[in-house]
Amino acid sequence: MQNRLETLFWSAFGAIVTVYALIPVAWIVSLSLKRPSDLNDRRFFPSEISFDNYRAIFKDAQFPAALWNSFGIALIATLLSIMLAMFTAYALVRLEFPGKKPMLVGVLAVSMFPPVSIIGPLFNLWRSLGLFDTWAGLIIPYMTFTLPLAIWTLAAFFRELPWDLDKAARIDGATPFQAFYYIIAPLAAPGVFTAAILVFIFAWNDFLFATSLTSTNAARTVPAAIAFFTGSSQFEQPTGSIAAASVVVTLPVIVIVLLFQQRIVAGLTAGAVKG
Amino acid sequence: MNKRNIAERRLAWLLCAPALAAMLLVTAYPILYAIWLSLHRYDLRFPEQSRFIGLANYASVLSSEVWWQALTNTVIITICSVTVELVLGFALALLMFKATLGRRTIRTVILIPYAMITVVSALAWKFAFDPTTGFVNALLNLDQAWLTERWSAFFVIIFTEIWKTTPFMALLLLAGLTLIPQDLLKAARVDGATAWQRFIHITLPLMKPTIGVALLFRTLDAFRIFDTVYVQTRGAAGTETVSMVGYNVLIARLNLGLGSAVSVLIFIAMLIIALLLIKGFGAPLSQTRGQ
Repeated sequence: MQNRLETLFWSAFGAIVTVYALIPVAWIVSLSLKRPSDLNDRRFFPSEISFDNYRAIFKDAQFPAALWNSFGIALIATLLSIMLAMFTAYALVRLEFPGKKPMLVGVLAVSMFPPVSIIGPLFNLWRSLGLFDTWAGLIIPYMTFTLPLAIWTLAAFFRELPWDLDKAARIDGATPFQAFYYIIAPLAAPGVFTAAILVFIFAWNDFLFATSLTSTNAARTVPAAIAFFTGSSQFEQPTGSIAAASVVVTLPVIVIVLLFQQRIVAGLTAGAVKG
Repeated sequence: MNKRNIAERRLAWLLCAPALAAMLLVTAYPILYAIWLSLHRYDLRFPEQSRFIGLANYASVLSSEVWWQALTNTVIITICSVTVELVLGFALALLMFKATLGRRTIRTVILIPYAMITVVSALAWKFAFDPTTGFVNALLNLDQAWLTERWSAFFVIIFTEIWKTTPFMALLLLAGLTLIPQDLLKAARVDGATAWQRFIHITLPLMKPTIGVALLFRTLDAFRIFDTVYVQTRGAAGTETVSMVGYNVLIARLNLGLGSAVSVLIFIAMLIIALLLIKGFGAPLSQTRGQ
């Protein structure tokens, strides 16, 4: 009896959490599949499924351009950030040097830094340096603001690696490069991959820099493009297009996150609680 | 001081240099530039009128209704969302910790709000609460124009924030819960402590560092709220936040001098919050994070 009740309780709990997490996703998917004439029927599910909204956003020049910008900018920022963070995390975990503490404090300070405080100066600097409305103009701040996250995640993973294996391999006659390439790199890969996902999501998600430092399709990313979508007429709300565009940018990230959920949870919480 | 030590130091500095340079160039230098700008009249529409005006920009921000209103709004949103997130997140973490069934599934779906772009989740809830497209009014049998009145707009904004970030809070706290030695709780149980007593006297004190880190990061994050407000109300209906004010003055009105004064004030406010929270929770953060 006790067991049954318990099963029931945990099933109900699981169901509630699932509904909680899925409602906005299901809602935006259902909105995107409604016929334009049904958009205002105030019903949760579409009465008839139509792909008109998807056709519309891909026919327009704005959305495909924004998608390409988002993808390219987030990917390059991720690669750069992970590369710099790997160097730093290695130094913090494996080497002794004065200035380790200031470095950690600096990383912490950047993670708390309010981006809104620097959009004005960056806006002005980028305009005079020709970086305004370019990919580089967004890659640079994304790379920097994701460094703390990447450094912590990587440092937490690196700390767990059996570094002595490296020494053992060297004693067995491996060169430093071989020891790194065959022993350490494969072991570190999962951590690096996790950090990369977290950084990518951050860059993919940003709205403040994207609205402030871009003005055209040249570098405007999806979050900014969606927020500035306009309907075909001044009086028509582009709800359907917005919903379809939202689904296109949300589903891939959700799939990635669900596929690698265990690693992501470990990465997100690694730096925060381990003493 | 032997040779090996010197080589190790040099390598460490070499490895840290690129990240350090990037962080200094993109945060320290611009904030200094913002301070410099904030002491000048500097309007991009009238660049020829630029000149040093001391603290006049700060005087006009601090004497304006808009700033104080926005600060109040930001504080309201921050306190409401972080409090609910902490309570809800803790409950969720405790349940996930105890769950005997479907623990993995729950942990997986809970990541969905985290994975959703902030702008998209703000839009989804905006449409849901919209009187003409949304299902909320139909569901509750209401006729409420949620985003056009101040308090109901706050409700929607805070609700969206809570939906999006509670899972993150819960996962952080769950990670803290797993570090509590279970023997301690068992021993207390044998000694006759009730579940509530065990929670108050063992779980909570041991969770203090984790709660501190979670609170600090969520509070600072909530205080700089921009995306959700921009998408849902654009600051209308008296819901403007400090980040919105900064953005509007800097990017929409191109008044870099006045806007930079707002930026610097936001920076100072966040510094105060961070110091208060770090002091309040005792442990230096470099120890709980990083080290």
